[in-house]
Amino acid sequence: MKDVVKQELLALNGDEAVAYATKQSDVDVIAAYPITPQTIIVEKLSEYVSNGEINTEFVCTESEHSAMCACLAASATGARVFTASASAGLALMHEMLFVTSGCRAPVVMAIANRALSAPLNIHGDHSDTMAERDSGWIQIYTENAQEVYDSVLQAFRIAEHLDTQLPVMIGLDGFTLSHTLENVHVIPDDTAARFVGTRQLTQAFTHEGKTVPYKLDPANPMTMGPVAMPNYYFEFKRQQEEAMKNALKIIPEMNEEYARISGRRYGDGLVEAYRLDDAEIATVCLGSTAGTIKTVVDELRTEGVKAGLLKIRTFRPFPAQAIAQVLARTRAVAVMDRSISFGGNGGAIFHETRHALYETANHPHMVNYIYGLGGRDTSPTQIRHIFGDLQALAKTGKIEEKVNYVGIRE
Amino acid sequence: MAISEGKFTAKDIAEKPDLFLSGHRACAGCAPATVLRLIMKATRGPTIVTEATGCMEVASTIYPYTSWAVPWLHTAFETAGANASGIEVALKIMKKKGKIKDEQVDVIAFAGDGGTFDIGIQALSGAVERGHDFLYVLYDNEAYMNTGIQRSGGTPYGASTTTSQAGKVVPGKLEAKKPIADIMVAHEMPYVATASPHYWKDLIVKARKGIEVDGPAFLHVFAPCPRGWRTDPSKSIELSRLAVETCMFPLWEAVNGEYQLSIPSKLFALAPQKKKPIKEYLQTQGRFRHLFTKEHEKMLDEIQQQVDQRWQRLLKKCATTPPNATQ
Repeated sequence: MKDVVKQELLALNGDEAVAYATKQSDVDVIAAYPITPQTIIVEKLSEYVSNGEINTEFVCTESEHSAMCACLAASATGARVFTASASAGLALMHEMLFVTSGCRAPVVMAIANRALSAPLNIHGDHSDTMAERDSGWIQIYTENAQEVYDSVLQAFRIAEHLDTQLPVMIGLDGFTLSHTLENVHVIPDDTAARFVGTRQLTQAFTHEGKTVPYKLDPANPMTMGPVAMPNYYFEFKRQQEEAMKNALKIIPEMNEEYARISGRRYGDGLVEAYRLDDAEIATVCLGSTAGTIKTVVDELRTEGVKAGLLKIRTFRPFPAQAIAQVLARTRAVAVMDRSISFGGNGGAIFHETRHALYETANHPHMVNYIYGLGGRDTSPTQIRHIFGDLQALAKTGKIEEKVNYVGIRE
Repeated sequence: MAISEGKFTAKDIAEKPDLFLSGHRACAGCAPATVLRLIMKATRGPTIVTEATGCMEVASTIYPYTSWAVPWLHTAFETAGANASGIEVALKIMKKKGKIKDEQVDVIAFAGDGGTFDIGIQALSGAVERGHDFLYVLYDNEAYMNTGIQRSGGTPYGASTTTSQAGKVVPGKLEAKKPIADIMVAHEMPYVATASPHYWKDLIVKARKGIEVDGPAFLHVFAPCPRGWRTDPSKSIELSRLAVETCMFPLWEAVNGEYQLSIPSKLFALAPQKKKPIKEYLQTQGRFRHLFTKEHEKMLDEIQQQVDQRWQRLLKKCATTPPNATQ
């Protein structure tokens, strides 16, 4: 740890942590629409621009759809690009999310995870980003404002890595993280600048046999975003999937490289196993609830209960192998979903975690808990109940209800 | 505006290498393809083109082929304005930071009538309000032609399309064409103009003005579509003249909001007797065939009235008042 830099301790909420990391990343263009629903990320960035604290073009677009489109176009021109959104705003971007990943534009976006209407609700849950899980974006979820800050710095490296060239969204739970003040260690500007570096461009091969940077450049005219008929379209999509696979290697690399300078790492970058080595029962979750669960796990451990937590940090690409490895030894697992896949027989994280364990011999019994929709609080007592259910399940092997709802009027 | 029209003689234009190249898959007689080729003759130097989904985008960039000899970006249908915004700011900041060469790079956005009158108007309006420096070219073939001739906000009154079909009860489209260029003038943008490919020099000079003006410029170009209009493919340029001669599509510019008739249309202001009846224009097109039946012939008079009213309104807007004149 001799390379760890001296760091300043700042009081920042999650939104400010995003903005601070963005400020340190030499972003060229920020295009954003601030209000579906509002987050202070872009307000803070606008303030930095107005005060000359960052050398960035800030485009206040007339909608999130245009925001993502302007981001994509700026990225295609060779710029480093950032934006932020949430909830309905992300849903409005839906079409452009696919175009952005399809054009291999390494845009970084922070999402203050919030519920989708109707009924209208601006509070925290994961409905917005879970609905975009097949949009070709890397998805990283965070537990606290510190992880938010650290992850945004890493996101530019992950997105712009020549083996990925994929857009990245960083999820931070609405209000719980976005609006809550926490102590955040920030690395010095020059260290951050060195870590993030400058944007590298993929080299493309032209029909004339030249190698040119993949961007809109009058010196090397290139057609980007063409029509691809059935004879070529499929290969484009296959390449995107390959890039996602590469991200499974790049994300841990960035996690380690960042740990060397900051002293902080988040598991292997993909998942974080908390007291799982000898755990008999475990919960799986992503986002800020991991913090609550860790507290409950610690309490249970003092009571002699072999409980643990698997925090999924990277949901796309889904680290199935890592998950299967750490959960294989447990006897009962509760997967926590903060969104509903309507009619889907359980939430998205449940589906994928259960699927990851299918080929494991003697895999654990698995149940699903849907929780916290529309900002509903999830208490340590409720988490304790879930672990209580798991103890019974580990003993009897009998699943009463596969999909359960936490703290709801039935 | 200080553009030397002398720069654009037929010889100059013929000698300038094409930037929109042959080999694209546009239909025979496609006026939009001609419009794009002519406008690319107006460029002043390094240029980036972005295009909304539409006929010209689909016809010119079927992977792995392209007709574009300039950098070109397509993202989606409703996004030409936002694309141009993103490209323009990226160029500006990267130049400022020394990440790219410090040279003037112009940005041109092309979109059809669907991508402009309808689904793209929000992104266009936003981009113009923010004052990005780019030229937006609307090639108006008056319906969604690429997808099978569905009506758009740019389809004229009475036209039969696949979603405004002339049938036993409904005589084609019942709504008027949206005055898109006037809507753009209302944005108080520095340069708006209309053009027609028959008047090729007028078109190229206007495109060049739009490129050179500091800030957003909007060019509304009339672009006949033989497939959609049910016309003879050899008549597209003739139709683009007839539209001006009937004052159905008058040519004008608005520089900083001041309307001015362009020379081809000025003729009909000075010599109204030369203005041709709209029937001459309508009768050449299959999409208006149903209007020439006993049942619907009164619509012909209505269309003539609409054309005349709009023309009179335009003449009023173009009437110049000396700056110090008392009312």
